[in-house]
Amino acid sequence: MPSYTFRLNGRAVSVDSWDPAQPLLYALRGPLALHGAKFGCGLGQCGACTVLVDDAPARACQLPVNAAAGHTITTLEGFGTPERPDPVQAAFIAEQAAQCGYCTSGMIVATRALLARTPKPTVEQIRQGLAGNLCRCGTHTRIIRAVMRAAQEV
Amino acid sequence: MHAPTPVSRRDALKAGGAIVVSFVFAATTRYGGAQTPASPAGPRPLDPSEVDGLLAIHADGSVTLYTSKVDVGTGLRIALAQMAAEELGVSPTRVSVVEGDTALCPDQGGTGGSTGLTRGGNEIRAAAATARRALLNLGATRLNRPATDLTIADGNVRPTGGGAGIGIGELIGDRRFALKVDPMAPVTPAARLTVIGKPLPRPDVPAKCTGRHVYIQDFAVPGMLHARVVRPPAIGATLVSVDEASVRAIPDVRVVRLENFLAVVARDEWAAVRAVSEIKATWNNWEGLPGHEGLDRYSRAAAIERDQEIVNRGNAPDAMRAAAKTMSATYFWPFQSHASLGPSCAVADVRPDGTASVWCASQGIHGLRTNLAKVFGIAPDKLRVTFLDGSGSYGTNGTDHVAADALLLSKTIGQPVRVQWMRHDEHGWDPKGPQQLLDLRAGLDTAGRIVAWETEMWVPNAAPGARALLAAEGAGLAQEHGTGSGAITQNGDPPYAADAVRVVAHLIKNTPLQLSNLRAPGKIANVFAVEGFIDEIAEATGVDAIEFRLTRLTDPRARDVITRTAAAFRWDARPSPNPRARQGSLLIGRGVAYMRYKQNENYVAIAMEVAVDPASGAVQVRRVVCAHDGGLIVNPDGLRNQVEGCIVQTLSRALHEEVTFDRSRVTSVDWASYPILRFPEAPQLDVILIDRPDQPLLGAGEAATAPVAAALANAVFDATGVRLRAAPFTAERMRAALANG
Repeated sequence: MPSYTFRLNGRAVSVDSWDPAQPLLYALRGPLALHGAKFGCGLGQCGACTVLVDDAPARACQLPVNAAAGHTITTLEGFGTPERPDPVQAAFIAEQAAQCGYCTSGMIVATRALLARTPKPTVEQIRQGLAGNLCRCGTHTRIIRAVMRAAQEV
Repeated sequence: MHAPTPVSRRDALKAGGAIVVSFVFAATTRYGGAQTPASPAGPRPLDPSEVDGLLAIHADGSVTLYTSKVDVGTGLRIALAQMAAEELGVSPTRVSVVEGDTALCPDQGGTGGSTGLTRGGNEIRAAAATARRALLNLGATRLNRPATDLTIADGNVRPTGGGAGIGIGELIGDRRFALKVDPMAPVTPAARLTVIGKPLPRPDVPAKCTGRHVYIQDFAVPGMLHARVVRPPAIGATLVSVDEASVRAIPDVRVVRLENFLAVVARDEWAAVRAVSEIKATWNNWEGLPGHEGLDRYSRAAAIERDQEIVNRGNAPDAMRAAAKTMSATYFWPFQSHASLGPSCAVADVRPDGTASVWCASQGIHGLRTNLAKVFGIAPDKLRVTFLDGSGSYGTNGTDHVAADALLLSKTIGQPVRVQWMRHDEHGWDPKGPQQLLDLRAGLDTAGRIVAWETEMWVPNAAPGARALLAAEGAGLAQEHGTGSGAITQNGDPPYAADAVRVVAHLIKNTPLQLSNLRAPGKIANVFAVEGFIDEIAEATGVDAIEFRLTRLTDPRARDVITRTAAAFRWDARPSPNPRARQGSLLIGRGVAYMRYKQNENYVAIAMEVAVDPASGAVQVRRVVCAHDGGLIVNPDGLRNQVEGCIVQTLSRALHEEVTFDRSRVTSVDWASYPILRFPEAPQLDVILIDRPDQPLLGAGEAATAPVAAALANAVFDATGVRLRAAPFTAERMRAALANG
């Protein structure tokens, strides 16, 4: 079975796949046992599976594992832990910016990418920056507050 | 691979969080079947009338609560911990919650109708208060002091005036109270509450924000296979043939067919996904649906099971005939989907010894177990159903169906099976919130008093019994075909002074799509109609919308939410429509709506400001003010999160959401064909929580949804002079209404 190698959360990993078209998301959630990125739609419409590929946000459900090979992938788990969250995670926790939390991984990853591009975003820039990430529980205003808080602390 | 490491229950408790506990325990006792684990003190009773059924105090003084109410992102875990901690005199950090496990948690009912705290919390609080009294008596014996001289603080029973105490763990640790819950056991008086009322953070949020929280979608057991179900291309289609060769190139795929139930099972999840999209199957044609266009006409013409009188006060028809002026209007609400962000998922393991486990995100584990046991021929005491967090659910989404899918497959192939629905499965096959059609009539006297009010509503009949499971239907198994979708006829009458009121529900015999309880069942549409129509009456009488309501309400709590909302909104009192609506290219307006949930629960008023772009038809909600009175507040931040979510989710439902279907199938099967609200549309929110510590607490998961659509439509009218009486208020509909207006 072909093997694909990339950097994942700071370490080199290699994953076998019978299908080069297998989306990265299935490799992450299956053999690599990282469950931060979620399956939401498999269509690139909701953002629940967002990861960073070489620091740019990407939909892991749309990225074939062979296209990920050789790149640097960062998932939510790569940022921090419950005991030592990174500043964006800490801001989301401080604002209690989650309900079910199923979209939260994608929100935090998208926020990292947004703040890398726009370190001090306006509320309108946050709204536009997260426009591709869906939240069904209606936690939007808390997430916006969390991003503002993170921008002050990053 | 990614199965959890076995950990004992007590180790897990020492390790911390409630979520970890229930998850780890569920995973490690899978071979234990449905037996209650033996404890040194004998089995705990699974009885919510027993103190030991609802809570246990361990030797280290920590506390575990057991409840069938589950936290679906609502903050229930911390709120329950606070209610128990308050009465037991322990820190809430010492309280863990085991939720939603039929082997461990007594049946306090499903999680619905905003009963998580009103039933679940209050029963646990009464159990804790009963335990407190028992602990004081135990302490009295050990300390040789009268119980009346003792108190409990920081987990110790000690003299009120100071002096050495004794830990509650030492008094009862891991032994049974063997006491009935005394509903009259004294609880901490409102003035002395120290834990209830605090905005404590939720224990699950750090793990959710760092990717460590274990959802059902992340759960695995050893030897588990991945499956996907091939749903028919038409709801009632039957399977003619399957070409198994069409998936033979995909490794390790097995095709399972049971009459019209078709699934693919694989070791690798991606293989199952590939197989379900590539398998060739032939189904017969079926065109039994009416299509979503013209559902209002369909509802009015549909066969009626029976008429139900909901309210009959005074003689409304006579009063209507005698009225100086009459008005009428028709309102409509479409089928809507739970549209959970993550598709439903379940894991099932039917073992050779006849025991079985199902892990899923069901909001009603006991009811689901009863139904699964009956339909699939498993003794209830051999079947264990365990809740794990799923993607947010707002009633019964696809989760009970997917549990049945997994159980049927595991039973068939004799191995543990995980089924996760695809996006089109969830949007297409989750049971829907029903369509609702309402005719309203009002009679006014010459002074503008409401002398007569009539509501006629056309809604689906609630045939008794469990909802039919898709897997069982496909496999041809006998089952019930209940059509309940919650208490959908409430709030169809105005909360204002009216001489005579009649509300009649015409209960439609059949429903095109399967139904379930979707957040605030029926109430959003009913309040949309009633509060929209009230706005029409206020407009017709030339009275400001707030003034119109206040002059017809006497309940001080009702008046309070309205006046506080108006003040925070800086409401400009005047009749609608807005004479100065135009600002540049936009039309600006404001609207208000009020209701008391189910006419006997929470009081909620909502005002909002909208900007309508007449060129595009786009409706932008700029800001929302909501005053919410739900009695005693247990956790103000959790409550605020719920109220905010109620408002934003219902704005999404009112602005965008409509399930579409043709003659054969649901056609709104992804986020493009079933759009929901996105960040650019998120309004500024100002939520005012009114705490009434001396009043009973009321649930918070639904009430604030109910006035949202009405306030929005009223604001749109204020801005444009055009009345929207059918949801959703899409840009296309708004444009058309303006062109006709």
